[in-house]
Amino acid sequence: MPIVGYVSLAVRVIPCLDVHAGRVVKGVNFVDLRDAGDPVEMARVYDAEGADELTFLDITASSDARETTREVVSRTAEQVFIPLTVGGGVRTPADVNTLLRAGADKVGINTGAIDRPEVIAEISSRFGCQVLVLSVDARRSSSQPSGFEVTTHGGRRSADMDAVEWVRRAAALGIGEVLLNSMDADGTKDGFDLELISAARAATGVPIIASGGAGEAKHFAQAVDAGADAVLAASVFHFGELTVGDVKQALRDAGHTVR
Amino acid sequence: MKADVAVLDYGSGNLRSVVRAVERGGASVVLTADFETAARADGLVVPGVGAYAECMRGLRAVQGDRIVGRRLAGARPVLGICVGMQAMFGQGIEHGMVSEGCAEWPGTVERLEADVIPHMGWNTVEAPTGSQMFAGIDDERFYFAHSYGVRAWELRAEPPFPSPQVTWTTYGPDRFVSAVENGPLWATQFHPEKSGDAGAALLRNWLGQL
Repeated sequence: MPIVGYVSLAVRVIPCLDVHAGRVVKGVNFVDLRDAGDPVEMARVYDAEGADELTFLDITASSDARETTREVVSRTAEQVFIPLTVGGGVRTPADVNTLLRAGADKVGINTGAIDRPEVIAEISSRFGCQVLVLSVDARRSSSQPSGFEVTTHGGRRSADMDAVEWVRRAAALGIGEVLLNSMDADGTKDGFDLELISAARAATGVPIIASGGAGEAKHFAQAVDAGADAVLAASVFHFGELTVGDVKQALRDAGHTVR
Repeated sequence: MKADVAVLDYGSGNLRSVVRAVERGGASVVLTADFETAARADGLVVPGVGAYAECMRGLRAVQGDRIVGRRLAGARPVLGICVGMQAMFGQGIEHGMVSEGCAEWPGTVERLEADVIPHMGWNTVEAPTGSQMFAGIDDERFYFAHSYGVRAWELRAEPPFPSPQVTWTTYGPDRFVSAVENGPLWATQFHPEKSGDAGAALLRNWLGQL
């Protein structure tokens, strides 16, 4: 059920661009990367289509290529006047500062926070919690109380942590949002993992961005009904299967407020 | 002749977007912490993100409160954005700790009360009739990213002084000040530099005053 008290705030539709060496890529289940274009050009297209926000995920390993990504962030911020979140390889407050200075509004952190949770409080006390998006790659697991575990390395390794408990703990340390990515649903196009979203919603009062599994426009409204404040997708947008406008229309048809 | 605008550089955050958005509005922009440059520019933007106490510390370290005070004494325009708006009020309360603001306006910045915090995303505003800030901008949404706000507007102007124009936003059970136009001092709780075309129109309205 939509939360009636919040109809004034629009559900955000967020295209995600996986950036490697200055180019946008999106893998099927994060393997077999396919090139889908120039990130700055794609950011402009998404902005024109009505995207509420953009996320760049820097999947580059080397520091040289990270410099390239910073340039991409700067060039995007010069031309696109909607919020930009950048994640990938963030481990310290200095990393956050570098990205904010380059033109990011928010920074995503994933493995860096798993390895050293205190960094969450270090970042939020310096820059405010609103700059920090905790990215969680969650997978179903019978070994954790919630039924979901945290994974790393694109889902290939278990972090041996309960995903819902991790969200709760990180929220207490000072994050502004959770980017909740289902590794089970990612790449399937069968829809978001609604149980994962509901479990996280029950555990935290910070905004939840649902990610992983979007294939049809109707899937996005299901994620919001399950408790998501924002919805994120990559390949359905990159390969032209859906436009941001299609998703917003489906959300509107389902009774949700959009911009 | 382009207006020259100074964006006050006193801490962290994405200042590049503020500079670019004001440039896009047709001004010549400099990012500076220099007292005289900031005091003398045609317009001054005071940005701000993060914790109130931390922002006020940073602002005072560059004498930002004095720069604002000097400008307003000479009716020189100032635009506060996000915590840069909150800083114009009397005080902020975070985790029970009270920090003094610039006190250009009476009022208290407090934590919002809603099930989901921060208030993050695109929301509507209720602008008063006759608002210059929102002139020509109808039915648009602006981008917010904050956990604190001002619930009560306390300044009452007596004639012949014009009343401040106060704009409000509702989020869940809470209602807070989302913009103020008070003579040369304007401010927004949302981020016009991140609010697409609506934000660009608002910045042009401000630049039109300079």
